[in-house]
Amino acid sequence: MTRSLRIATAALLACAGAAHAQDANLGRNLAATCANCHGTNGQARGDTVTALAGMPAERLITTFNAYKNGALPATIMHQIAKGYTDDQLKAIAAFFAAQPAKK
Amino acid sequence: MQKHHTLSRRRLLGVGLAASVAAPLFGCATGAGGPSIGRVVVIGGGFGGATAARYLRMWGNVDVTLVERNDTFISCPISNMVLGGHKSMADITVPYGGLAALGVKRIQGDAVAIDAQGKKVRLADGRELPYDRLVVSPGIDFMFDQVVGLDAAAQQKVLHAWKAGPQTVALRRQLEAMRDGGVYALTVPKAPYRCPPGPYERAAMVASYFKQHKPRSKVLLLDANPEIQSKKALFEKVYAEQYKGIIEYRPNNELKAVDAATNTAKLEFDDVKADVLNVVPPHRGADIARSAGLLNMNARWIGVNWLSMESTAVPGIHALGDAVLSAPAMPKSGHMANQHAKVAAAAIIQLLKGEPVNPAPVVMNTCYSFVTAADVIHVASVHQYDNADKTFKAVPGSGGVSSAPSEMEGRYALSWAQNIWSDMLAS
Repeated sequence: MTRSLRIATAALLACAGAAHAQDANLGRNLAATCANCHGTNGQARGDTVTALAGMPAERLITTFNAYKNGALPATIMHQIAKGYTDDQLKAIAAFFAAQPAKK
Repeated sequence: MQKHHTLSRRRLLGVGLAASVAAPLFGCATGAGGPSIGRVVVIGGGFGGATAARYLRMWGNVDVTLVERNDTFISCPISNMVLGGHKSMADITVPYGGLAALGVKRIQGDAVAIDAQGKKVRLADGRELPYDRLVVSPGIDFMFDQVVGLDAAAQQKVLHAWKAGPQTVALRRQLEAMRDGGVYALTVPKAPYRCPPGPYERAAMVASYFKQHKPRSKVLLLDANPEIQSKKALFEKVYAEQYKGIIEYRPNNELKAVDAATNTAKLEFDDVKADVLNVVPPHRGADIARSAGLLNMNARWIGVNWLSMESTAVPGIHALGDAVLSAPAMPKSGHMANQHAKVAAAAIIQLLKGEPVNPAPVVMNTCYSFVTAADVIHVASVHQYDNADKTFKAVPGSGGVSSAPSEMEGRYALSWAQNIWSDMLAS
């Protein structure tokens, strides 16, 4: 790939990002459905539930899927996990990974 | 304390100003700073309204005014624990100060009229609040006229305690004053009503109190519905195992009238005399929604466009929570009101910016119920927007209830309360 093509590609990607500003909020909106138990932006209050803020995306996806397929026992997460699609899970995981970890 | 908060807030505002100057460098920056993108008035500071106010501030630079008649938030969830004597009112009371620190302007007062044409809200004291978009999260009001004899005087004695607050305290006092060997009767209205598992949790909580302190007393659950409306098998098991001889459940017992003088519930086929009579009358979206012409569904509930939570009756007004006509299998719960609020906040910010709203929102629900002072059961569901039918639908195969009551879920329930109160009130 030539340098100019690389720049053009980068510019195109930037534009695509701007054009899909709504998609940029997808992870934010989906992750907000978790806040009631896991805290605003994943910054959980108390020590009872896992704080999701700052968790690497891969770890969140793996754990979530383990709940979904029953590999990881749970009281409630196995039932909730089945309500989200793989794409939605990815968007949620990316959002939480980008949040500052709980202090 | 107050002085310290003011100082911190000033410092925060200073940072906000700096951020707004720098904003053009970060095209995707959101939140406070710079000129606001619009004025939103929120009526009601419960699970729906407070969450909307918080998320409108957090997700967009929206000028938000919250109108709420109470000076602090008192939670309905966990309030049955107060009736059982296991929690205090202080445990379920949360201040509104966190929202103020985020820049939400809070007005303690009553919204009495909405001028949808002129886009303004009138308060009881005569003040008018102009808005670009309005959020109405008014909760419920009771249809007292559906129960003969339940007039204003009778309501002083025959309590509902279905809005947490002074009635919670008063009902607890009635229970404490009741003789051992007495009967506490709770009537449940036909669905839909606020908090489907709530009456069954309340029966268990009062029974837990009787079992320990007034063991010869009885809980009589008079249900207008043909069966327990939520977590049925779990509640039945708890009643049979934990509260055998204390709780008696009677389905298909719709309350027709009361005689407050004798604490008598008049049902279709018989009369029941109680020592403490607790009537939850049928309810509808609250008065402000009715006077604004928002109750376009059976004259009881607010119809909404689920993509934006905008009223299908009056444009520019977004409605949340228990007052909304629920989508299929969607409960009237505080948790769900909080989820409604996030759909609305995201959509309102898009609409104020002239951009399209999220075409595929998701909401989910979790309701925990205490069955003893420590043991809890849950029901959970996830609802995805269905574009063909233009409503939320529960995802097949998702959701469900507890396998059994547990102390672990008791800890989760209290953690849920702490987190949702913090999520809505920035506490």
